[in-house]
Amino acid sequence: MREVAVVGVGQSKFGRISDMTLAELAWQAVKQALQDAGITQKDVEMVSFSNVGGWSSEPLPAIAVNEYSGVSGVGTYRVEAACASGSAALATAHSLVASGAVDIALAVGVEKMTEVPTPMAVELIGRSGNYFWEFSQFGLTFPGYYALYATAYMNEHSATEEDLASVAVKNHYYASYNENASFQKRITVEDVLKSKYVAWPLKLYDCSPITDGAAAVVLASEDAARKLTDTPVWIRGIGYASDTSNLSKRPNFLSLRAAREAAQKAYKKSGIDPSRPHRQIDVAEVHDCFTIAEIIAYEDLGFAPRGGGHVLAREGETYKGGLIAVNLDGGLKAKGHPIGATGVSMAAEITKQLRQQVRGERQADIVKGAGLAHNVGGTGHYAYVSVFSLKKS
Amino acid sequence: MTMSREEMEQMVKAWLQTVEQITRSEGLPVVPDEKTADPLWVDVRELRLKYLIPIKRVKKFFDGLKEGKVYATRCPVKNIYYFPPQADCPVCMDENLEWVEVSGRGQLLTYTVIQVKPASYMHYPDYVIAIARMDEGFNILCWMAVEDPATLKVGMHVKLVVKRREPEGFLTYYLEPA
Ligand SMILES: [Zn+2]
Repeated sequence: MREVAVVGVGQSKFGRISDMTLAELAWQAVKQALQDAGITQKDVEMVSFSNVGGWSSEPLPAIAVNEYSGVSGVGTYRVEAACASGSAALATAHSLVASGAVDIALAVGVEKMTEVPTPMAVELIGRSGNYFWEFSQFGLTFPGYYALYATAYMNEHSATEEDLASVAVKNHYYASYNENASFQKRITVEDVLKSKYVAWPLKLYDCSPITDGAAAVVLASEDAARKLTDTPVWIRGIGYASDTSNLSKRPNFLSLRAAREAAQKAYKKSGIDPSRPHRQIDVAEVHDCFTIAEIIAYEDLGFAPRGGGHVLAREGETYKGGLIAVNLDGGLKAKGHPIGATGVSMAAEITKQLRQQVRGERQADIVKGAGLAHNVGGTGHYAYVSVFSLKKS
Repeated sequence: MTMSREEMEQMVKAWLQTVEQITRSEGLPVVPDEKTADPLWVDVRELRLKYLIPIKRVKKFFDGLKEGKVYATRCPVKNIYYFPPQADCPVCMDENLEWVEVSGRGQLLTYTVIQVKPASYMHYPDYVIAIARMDEGFNILCWMAVEDPATLKVGMHVKLVVKRREPEGFLTYYLEPA
């Protein structure tokens, strides 16, 4: 297999983007990624496209976006791995380049969730589990799924709503420095605790928002990357796994089995010690669709022992300068979570962090030269963990 | 928030009438975004989506509900329970599964109260979704019928009952404190 590098990244503003169509929004990210890589549309050999859809009108979004972006004609496809679709697009593009099938591939993620009213968006995300046995009869919502994990976790480890709130406070703090983030406003633990319950014990401020947004990355083989840039960011390893459709078939609700396994695979591929991964990583993007998800992610990734995730959050160990810097872009919680764009956006963010192109307060100290993206689809239904590095393996 | 199906239909109807008036007067179905005031084209097409889902191979489960019973399937070779029930055993590559009535006794593993509801659930009051570990060793996820969710505790004993879901009137299963 060949080495693969990220050589160009692009990212739109995240939020309620009511002045752009899906294709116009995707183009914002595609344009930046092509310009950042120093290539044109004719250099792109394959477009790996991520969009979950349902809430947006285009049924063949890859085709619509490629036409609008001037890359019509190349090989393309759309992937679905729920909220991890973006990482699935990245992983498949990575495989195409690594295998030698193509030298340059573009991974695009876009989601336009506000083309339907909020209750319909809640409905469509809620259907993203087992439709017949868990949604159609029992009306689970996306916060509801994670609330089932939160109740079990808080009961088992005596974690509190304040612990969960501390994750939201951190992610809003960093989002306040990110001009692309949905929320620019800092919040306090009290703000979170005062917000309304959405799915007890989760409150509005424990949840990522319904978001529009797009991201794109250009991947290149080693030869192509050397010609394009002096600072290629190498994809050292991507681990992937999945879990049952029915939540009821899981043995417990304390950890996401798929994420744990994806992390182990990614660490093995990239030479990271799974017992202390934070010693080899400067910065991590973790899938904080809900505050509880970030706490569980600390444990699934091995940053904290079982039951220690909420302690890490409470003690502020995932701010810059702590054990490991997590979600310095505001995370899904405050940057926003345009479902299909999230995984691609994580790759773009880690690339910028490693190149030290992030402005001010939210630039991580890059010492070890490596970063990680943890992207979960559904409620641990899919999981992808990707390791990026300034050093080639 | 709870809203009856009639109220919801009224609301949608009123909105569609407004759009129609705008279209008539302006010649375009364009309205301002409720938050940003950006112009939005209101789709003149509409989808009404209701799936028709085959249940023939697990029909025994639904027949059971009519008798007030909840069935799982079990592989007689590996002794694996399947709930929700399924017709095929992927372990044995066989379809020799047997129907077994669920004991109905279990312990609460976790639960939540859904306050912000999906569009198709807006007509229900806030509802409790729970997962219980049944005595047989498998889990069941469904609504928990309870007066006050504050009385629920992880680990408490629960029982499974069959009841009609109103206002639709279909038979389904619920957990209750034992
Ligand atoms: Zn069998």
